[in-house]
Amino acid sequence: MIRDITIGQYYPADSILHRLDPRVKFIGTFLFLVSLFVADSFWGYLLATCFLAGIIALSKVPVKFMLKGLKPLFILLLITVIFNLFLIPGTVVWELGFLKITQEGITQAVKIGIRLVYLVIGSSVMTLTTTPNQLTDGLERIMKPLNKIKVPVHEISMMMSIALRFIPILMEETDKIMKAQMARGADFESGNLIQKAKSLIPLLVPLFISAFRRADDLAMAMEARCYHGGENRTQMKPLVYQGHDYGAYGVTLVYLAAEIVIRTVM
Amino acid sequence: MSLRLEHVTYTYNPGTVYEMHALKDVSLDIPDGQFAGIIGHTGSGKSTLIQHFNGLMKPTAGTVYFQDEDIWQEGYSLKRLRSQVGLVFQYPEHQLFEADVLSDVCFGPKNQGLSKEEAELRAVQALRQAGLKEKYYRSSPFELSGGQKRRVAIAGVLAMEPKVLILDEPTAGLDPKGRDEILDQIAFLHEERKITVILVSHSMEDIARYVERILVMNKGEKAFDGVPREVFSHYKELERMGLAAPQITYIMHELKAKGLLADTSAITVDEAKKSILEALEKRKV
Repeated sequence: MIRDITIGQYYPADSILHRLDPRVKFIGTFLFLVSLFVADSFWGYLLATCFLAGIIALSKVPVKFMLKGLKPLFILLLITVIFNLFLIPGTVVWELGFLKITQEGITQAVKIGIRLVYLVIGSSVMTLTTTPNQLTDGLERIMKPLNKIKVPVHEISMMMSIALRFIPILMEETDKIMKAQMARGADFESGNLIQKAKSLIPLLVPLFISAFRRADDLAMAMEARCYHGGENRTQMKPLVYQGHDYGAYGVTLVYLAAEIVIRTVM
Repeated sequence: MSLRLEHVTYTYNPGTVYEMHALKDVSLDIPDGQFAGIIGHTGSGKSTLIQHFNGLMKPTAGTVYFQDEDIWQEGYSLKRLRSQVGLVFQYPEHQLFEADVLSDVCFGPKNQGLSKEEAELRAVQALRQAGLKEKYYRSSPFELSGGQKRRVAIAGVLAMEPKVLILDEPTAGLDPKGRDEILDQIAFLHEERKITVILVSHSMEDIARYVERILVMNKGEKAFDGVPREVFSHYKELERMGLAAPQITYIMHELKAKGLLADTSAITVDEAKKSILEALEKRKV
């Protein structure tokens, strides 16, 4: 049952986007997010739509998976749109009691809606085409300059990858313990709030114990292999920019430039 | 009064790239009072199969019957089913959570709606059956050794007095002495209480020594189903599935190849000894 939930939802496929250097995808996604706030006119949004559609097509990930990422944000999206719709002053087009919809409100709501949806889809393209390990690798390289001001970049990214690595393990563990307790007649669904909270004890106690046990084991295994942090540590597969990575930077920058031009001209 | 599966199929993540068939059209019938064993390579679908027996997993297709009732029909109480079909998971000690041994074992009976006194009575009885010494009843389950924890966890299921007891690798990670003690205890329970026992195991020796019937799972399908003697005679096929027959079977086949007319279907050390001695007697004459 818990197996169905995916976090760090990597979708395995063989596409140019999957092969890109994670740094390119990171910076590219960031530039795309910036471009969404640059775009302000119909043409600007049209260009953003084309760009995003192109990227999705290149990624070979079914659109269904992109839209799945939107589901948990639906409520947030709805609230934002409704607030914008009703609370922006301007020319009134429809009125009911204290509720007013204005011309400006509609435009703003549509813009915010599109921005949010594109923002989520844009970043899911990144997480769908990059494995969590590649992501942390890329992040580590991008942050490397911060080492100079004594930020433990390697340690932070190591913690991140361990945390990501443990998510599926702990989910599986939860599933297993839940089933074991259900086999002993435990009930996790019915009852009021207090009963429900109480019924979680047989799940949480073993889960915490196992998390600590695993953490201990991992620490021991790392020490046994002489892990000593990031100092002088090299990588087995260091990230090196290839031709297509520069190409991807080029395309993204041209796109961003076009958005800026549209913004200034229109 | 039996456990029956008809054409059960189970698919993980249907319709996605991660789709995987864990069970493919499995039909079987386990009559009351049988001591059955399930063997199979890692990932052969053993664990998925046993979770269908007590309704923890719902088949993608097919039907599961307990006492001739479809367990997925509307209004069927899965909670009652689970108290009749007890399932002990692999490494069951990982599910312990209470402050002391006795209250942990009481968890099951209390969920069945028994009073505190009744539950404790059942718990004491179950702990005795699982072979845990009385001096540990009030200590924290986390202070016990691995074998003792395992006993507590098994007692936790026994205390619900199930009619069918399923054990998934109950001896994994235990020393030989602890392993024999736990298996003997289970065999004793089977005799004493006449309950159905389903034992999932990697060890062919354990299976050969205790069970009356073996189910061999391979890649989600039932490969063999029969008495141990018959199943182990397919030891060549078993090897191809990444399994093996008990060592004795190999010794007997070797002996036969060298010309000793011993019974190759012997599967336990005692049987082998008897048959070798008989063959040697004959040779003298």
